[in-house]
Amino acid sequence: MARFRLSVRIVPRKGLLDPQGKAVSDALHTLGFEGVGAVHVGRYIVIETSADDARAAGESVKEMCRKLLANPVTEDFEVESAVPA
Amino acid sequence: MKFGIVTFPGSNCDYDAYHAVTEILGEEAVYLWHKEHDLQNADVIVLPGGFSYGDYLRAGAIARFSPIMQEVAAHAKAGGPVLGVCNGFQILCEAHLLPGALMRNASLQFVSAPVRVRVENNQTLFTNLYEKGEVLRLPVAHGDGRYYAAPDVLDALESSGRVIFRYADASGNISADANPNGSERNIAGIINEHGNVLGLMPHPERACSPLLGSGDGARLLESILSRVAA
Repeated sequence: MARFRLSVRIVPRKGLLDPQGKAVSDALHTLGFEGVGAVHVGRYIVIETSADDARAAGESVKEMCRKLLANPVTEDFEVESAVPA
Repeated sequence: MKFGIVTFPGSNCDYDAYHAVTEILGEEAVYLWHKEHDLQNADVIVLPGGFSYGDYLRAGAIARFSPIMQEVAAHAKAGGPVLGVCNGFQILCEAHLLPGALMRNASLQFVSAPVRVRVENNQTLFTNLYEKGEVLRLPVAHGDGRYYAAPDVLDALESSGRVIFRYADASGNISADANPNGSERNIAGIINEHGNVLGLMPHPERACSPLLGSGDGARLLESILSRVAA
């Protein structure tokens, strides 16, 4: 077993109304960032965990996403590859 | 009849529910601490409003894993009545005892106001003392109350009579203006397939006396009483 650190990005599912992202996009326009299009606000979670190898650590964190970290009805997640903690 | 009112860290409507059950209904109520594993033989479980676990991660996401929720899920699966109000509704969705999810209000603002809801189905354990189409005045107080489910799930809920309350105007018209949070199809409350688990965002327990602005919520609790006692 070794210790790994993994990062998870959780974002609102594409196509769903995202009022928070829209509000941020509008504010950026107000500030003069005219090129800004869609903005989505999500969560970034950093997890340290023990696992046999980086691949197993990644699988374990994906399972965590499915069970708790992301809501399968409204959110998508992406797990970045594990690095030694 | 005995009501079990679950208290999570951050629940803040547990006493409102206790008051409504004991003082308005005149029935027995017990508080069930979230770390317990015993429903104390309660016939009806209430998941009250509030901000369990500070709404960390997502509203209701962590409360769902409290020890007591295993017993609540077993109670629900055995056909026992479960009423989830506001945060309780969010917890029921996170626990997959009801379909869909409650998302941030479309306005991004916390809404604390009296609203009107139309009774869509009065053939349920929780609404049998209302008239179908009746308009109730109930308070809402939430930041994450926008009901969302995939279109096929919404269609299935509607076609099976499982949408129980919709936000409406005083005349009972369903309109965007009457929708306080941007919920899909103005949905304010739904029931599970077996008709024993109801979740709604408005607070019937806070509207059990005309002195508090509305007594419309009392009949929801009385409906349970009339059905379960019968």
